[in-house]
This record gives sequence, C-alpha cells and structure tokens, in this order.
Amino acid sequence: MIALLRPALVFLGGFTLILGLAVPLAFTALAQLVFPHQANGSLIERNARVVGSELLAQGFEGPGYFHPRASNAGQGYDGGASGATNLGPTSAALLEAVTGRLEGRRGVAADAATASGSGLDPHISPENAMAQIPRIAAARGLTPQRVLGLMEQHIEGRTFGVLGEARVNVLKLNLALDGAR
Amino acid sequence: MSWIGWAQIALVLLAVTATAVPLGGAMAAIAEGRWRVLAPVENLLYRAAGIDPARGMGWRAYVLAMLAVNLAGFLLLYALLRLQGVLPFNPQGLDGVPPWLAFNTAISFVTNTNWQAYSGEAAMSYLSQMAGLAVQNFLSAATGIALAFAVIRAFARGGASDLGNFWADLTRVTLYLLLPLCLVFAAFMVAGGVPQSLSAYVTANTVEGGTQTIPMGPAAFQIAIKQLGTNGGGFFGVNSAHPFENPTPWTNFLQSWAIIALPMGLALTFGRMVGDRRQGWAIFAVMMLFVVAGTLATYAAEAGGNPLHLAQGVAQGLGNMEGKEVRFGTSASALWAVITTGASNGAVNAMHDSFMPLGGLVPLFLIQLGEVLPGGVGSGLYGMLVFVLLAVFVAGLMVGRTPEYLGKKVQAREVKLAMLAVLIVPLCILGFTAVAAVLPVALASVQDAGPHGLSELLYAYSSAAGNNGSAFGGLTADTPWMNTTLGIVMLLGRFAVIVPVLAIAGSIAAKPRLPQSAGSFPTHGPLFVGLLAGVILILGGLQFLPSLFLGPLAEHFAMLAGQTF
Repeated sequence: MIALLRPALVFLGGFTLILGLAVPLAFTALAQLVFPHQANGSLIERNARVVGSELLAQGFEGPGYFHPRASNAGQGYDGGASGATNLGPTSAALLEAVTGRLEGRRGVAADAATASGSGLDPHISPENAMAQIPRIAAARGLTPQRVLGLMEQHIEGRTFGVLGEARVNVLKLNLALDGAR
Repeated sequence: MSWIGWAQIALVLLAVTATAVPLGGAMAAIAEGRWRVLAPVENLLYRAAGIDPARGMGWRAYVLAMLAVNLAGFLLLYALLRLQGVLPFNPQGLDGVPPWLAFNTAISFVTNTNWQAYSGEAAMSYLSQMAGLAVQNFLSAATGIALAFAVIRAFARGGASDLGNFWADLTRVTLYLLLPLCLVFAAFMVAGGVPQSLSAYVTANTVEGGTQTIPMGPAAFQIAIKQLGTNGGGFFGVNSAHPFENPTPWTNFLQSWAIIALPMGLALTFGRMVGDRRQGWAIFAVMMLFVVAGTLATYAAEAGGNPLHLAQGVAQGLGNMEGKEVRFGTSASALWAVITTGASNGAVNAMHDSFMPLGGLVPLFLIQLGEVLPGGVGSGLYGMLVFVLLAVFVAGLMVGRTPEYLGKKVQAREVKLAMLAVLIVPLCILGFTAVAAVLPVALASVQDAGPHGLSELLYAYSSAAGNNGSAFGGLTADTPWMNTTLGIVMLLGRFAVIVPVLAIAGSIAAKPRLPQSAGSFPTHGPLFVGLLAGVILILGGLQFLPSLFLGPLAEHFAMLAGQTF
C-alpha cells in the first residue's frame, strides 16, 4: 500500500502544481498581455461604462431596436446563468412558446421563433433582421432603406467563405443605429 | 442541407485525417520513450515518487498504480469542491459544493466523463475549475492514453511479462503530448474571444437601461484540455454553445478537430507500434465510417427541420434551430453532435435534447455502441481492440480455425474477458434506465412527457456508462438519486471495463507472436473493416434496439402523425 501511496501522492501533487497552478497562471498573464480585449470578455464601453460584451446577447424590447433571439438564460439574457429550454421536438410547451413568438405571422425565420442554445446567442439570421426593419424604421422615423443599409453593413459572412453561417450581431447593430440618429 | 454545409463537415474530417498521421507518430514516439526533452522535470518527479521509470509492470501492477492515482485524484477533487468557499481564487464568493453534487462531479472528472449536474459560472470557483477539474481533465486523459499504450505493447511484443511503466507513461503523455498541444490550442482560443482572466464578473449597464452580469474566468486553457483530452466538461453551463466558450465558426472548427484528433490518431499509433501500419488504418477506417454515416443521418434530420413548427408557420430553411446557435447552424451542430458522442467527449455546441427525434437518436446510439468510434483518448482504442478480438473470434468460428490477431492466438480466456468488458456497459445502461423508468424519485427528474421523457433517462445512463458526459439537458440531474446512481454508473463504465481489458493485455503479452501464414485471416483489408463494423453494430448495438424504439423512434412516428406531448 505504502509503495503505491507515495507515487500516487507525488504525481497528483506535482501535476496539480504544474497543470493546475503554475501553467494556467502563467498563461493567464500572457493572455492578458497579448490579447487583453478578448481575454477580458470582449467588452464594449460607451462613455467609460461597460454596456455589454460583443459576444453576448442582451435583452432589447423597444420597437426601435433589433430584437435578439429568445433566451432561456436565467430570467432572460442573464450572463450568470446560461441555459436553453431543452424542450424536445414534440413538446407541447415548445409549440406553445413558438406560437407566442409568431404573433400571428407566417413564414418567420426559424431563429426568430426558437430559443438559442446558450440563451446568450449574440446573432440573428439576416432573414430575421430583415423582417424587423419596417418596425424599426417606423419607430425611429428613418427610411427603411437607411436601416437596411446599416443592417447589411453588419452582416458577417461565413469564415473563409465556408465555416459557420451568415449572421448579424444584434448589439453592435443596435449601437450603430443609436449612432445614426 | 446545402453543399456548403457538407463542405464544412468535409473540411473537419480532412483536417483530422491529415493530422492523424503526425499525431499517431508522435504518440508512438512518446510510448516508446524516444521523446525526453523535459528529462529533468521527469526525473525530479520519479525521484520524489521513489520509482524507476525503466522497470516494467505486469498488468496487475499497472492497474493498481492507475487506480491509486485516480483514487487520490477523486479524494483531492472532492475536498477542493467541498472547501472552495474558504479557498482562494473565488472572487464571486461561491459556497462549497454540496456533498452529493461534489461526489458526482469528482467521479465524473476522474473517469473522463465530465457529466455536469452543475452550471460552471454559477457553482464553481476559479480554483475548483483550474486546479481541480482541469487537472483531472489532464490526468484522466493521460490515464486513458497510458492504458492504450499498455494494451498496444501487449500486441506488439511477444512473450512479454510486462506492459510498461504506468508512471512513466502518465508523465510523458502529460508533458510531451497534452501540455504542449493545450498551450498552443488555448492561445488560438483566447485570440478567438475565449476569456482567460481571474477577475470577478463584470456588471454591464445595458443599452436599454438594465444590467447584465458578464461572467469571466480562466476558461481558454481549460477548454483546450477539455477538447483535446475528450473530457468535454464545459467551463460555462451550456458548454461550447456559450459564446464565451466557442465564440466563432473558426473556434468551432478547431474544437471540432480537437474532439477526435487524438483518438483517431491513436489508431495509427497502434499500427506503427505493432509494426504494420495497415492494421492502424483498418481501425481508423471503421471509426471514420461510423462518423461519416452518423453525420449523414444527423445533418439530414436537423437540416430538414421540424414539421410541427412548419405547420405553425415557421420557415424551416435554417433547419431545426431550437437549442442551436445562429453562428453554427445545423451543419456544424450536427457534425459536432456526432463526433462528441462518437468520441466520448461530451462537449456540446447545441442542445441534443432539442434535436429532432432521429437527430438525437444518432448521438445516443453512438454512445451505446461502446464509445469506440473513435471513443475517448485511449479508452476508444482499447475498447476497439476488444471488438477486434471478438471480430476475429467470430471469423474463426466461421472457418473453424483458432482465431489469431497479429500472430497472437486468441483463446477462451481472452474471449471470456472480452465479453465481460462489452457486457458491463449495456447492463448498466439498460438496468439503471429500467429501474429509473418505474421509480417516482427518478421520474421526478424527467422534463418532457411521452417517449422523449424515456429518451432523457436512457441518454443520461448511456452517457454515464459510456463516460461521455453529454446530456439530454432537460433532465434535472442534480438530485441525490441521480447524482448517486449516475456516479456509480460512471465508475463501473470506466474501471469495470479497464480491469478485464488489462487482464486481456496481460495474457496477450505473454503469448509468442507467431509468423503470419497463408491461412491467417488478414486483418487490414476491406473485408475485415466490414466484419469489424458488423460486430460493433450487432454485438454493441442490437440490445439497445427495443429501447430506441420506445424512445426516439416512437417520438419520430408520433411527430409525423402530428402528435405532441
């Protein structure tokens, strides 16, 4: 037993010091030095105050803003409690939630009618954004063409033309909308 | 489905194939002790431990050493989790983890399962994540690869009495494979937007005048080992669906690669070490065959969308988007679901619980097939070699010859032990699911009604027994019943498989390697690939068919009939 105990404790202790403290702490210092923006949550500041992270959805309800996807993170868009509905495809509760989001419309983009995986999905599809333009233009007294132009500037294509899907970052687009006023 | 969706899938699988060759070679070099750059660090550890790294161990000694460090790791992790409230690196002031949850989590990380009944950002201090969970991510991965080295040596050597030295294997895999790969990988993650910080959570003042908590943490380094070590335990609650854990399609591509790069590479390590690379490619081909077939089915199901939503007026051009992220879409989510379950990783970038019935069936079935396609790092290869022995046994029965593999005769003892190893997992899955399906205390955890509810239970016990760790997340896992039974199943799924496998290795190692004759059954061609795939499907999969009919298949047909639950 003792013959086994000593190496077990030495290797566990040694690797906890190396892999659990020394290396990650040194790596953290390096990351803070080389990539300070990304390593600290890709925060967006306005007037020296943090308004959010470019990677995380935040709630928008006003008619003059693009709305993000439905969220099941905490009470909605809670960065401290990421979460999904996890409802199955035949769930009556899911169908009811979808009906609520449709508000009587048909042909709605799938991402506009469903909740995201993280509850913090920062993006919507271009189709989803397109459908919101008339409401936003009316609320802001802008021409739909002006809003469309801004939206199109914010479409992010596939990485290297292949990876991922085309999308629009809701927070960045809404901040640009506020700047356009 | 679109051609560009297929292109994304093909790119990942091509990258995995291209890197499998150098990774397979590197792992062979490490197993054979040819890489010793950090010899001073190694020697320091060996001297402190009082062991001689050159002294080989028999299978019993190898298993005992492995069990000793895993038991110590369990106890240390349990203590760290319970005491995190009074330990440093806890800027959010989180309390200690409750006993049942700490028990479940400690087992989960020691067994390379990474089933998570907690949500990282709400429950774990930075110290627990960094020095507790991440260290076990490294050690459980290194344990798996070390065991695979031991089993490979049994086939490579003739008339050997030992399988190598566990401590040397553990140390070299960690220092020369996992650590350097993780450092490079973590740098790519930070560059892509994954946080690596020790500061407290930030409160943002949102545009519409509310507030939002923005979590932080030393995430990038942990996510690197989580993917490369087929651990899969997320830093944040929703794992790699979280925009901080997997911010862009590029990080998603890299993480997808990392999920299967090492387990696929190990197949080629096997070929190199036994002196016939074709043997490695045959195993690689079987693994890839199932990954491609599984992806075809899952992508078709998810891209096809939900007919019930279509009837409601939701356009299904984007596919089934419930529980998925816009930046990944159905293609990258479907591929991920297949490789994370094929590989016993268990990280998710979309919620499997909200997949279409057939889209969710594939990941579930891949877990049930024994986590060998390609399986966890190390555990996938040694699990696959058990199926290989059964395949040559079946072939031997058909032609009436004593089965042999790589010049080693496969006899009654090995076949009995192999059957023991492949029976433990289905026994755990079906036994515990059956009990849970009738016990009110277990049924209280089920979220969805109808057949999907059964799928949630079946998935949970499959995931635990296969040491996968992904979930149908609607299930409430943090209850004393679930924490305890899933903890027990994870232990059995890991160690009750390892012991017979190493016993097989011990007996195989002792046999002489006979020269191949004209009558030997070739184990590198398409015939063998087909036979092995068939044995995995029939021996590994058939017993689950009734339960799959009651769960996902019943749900599929109910959905087509327009029924909801």
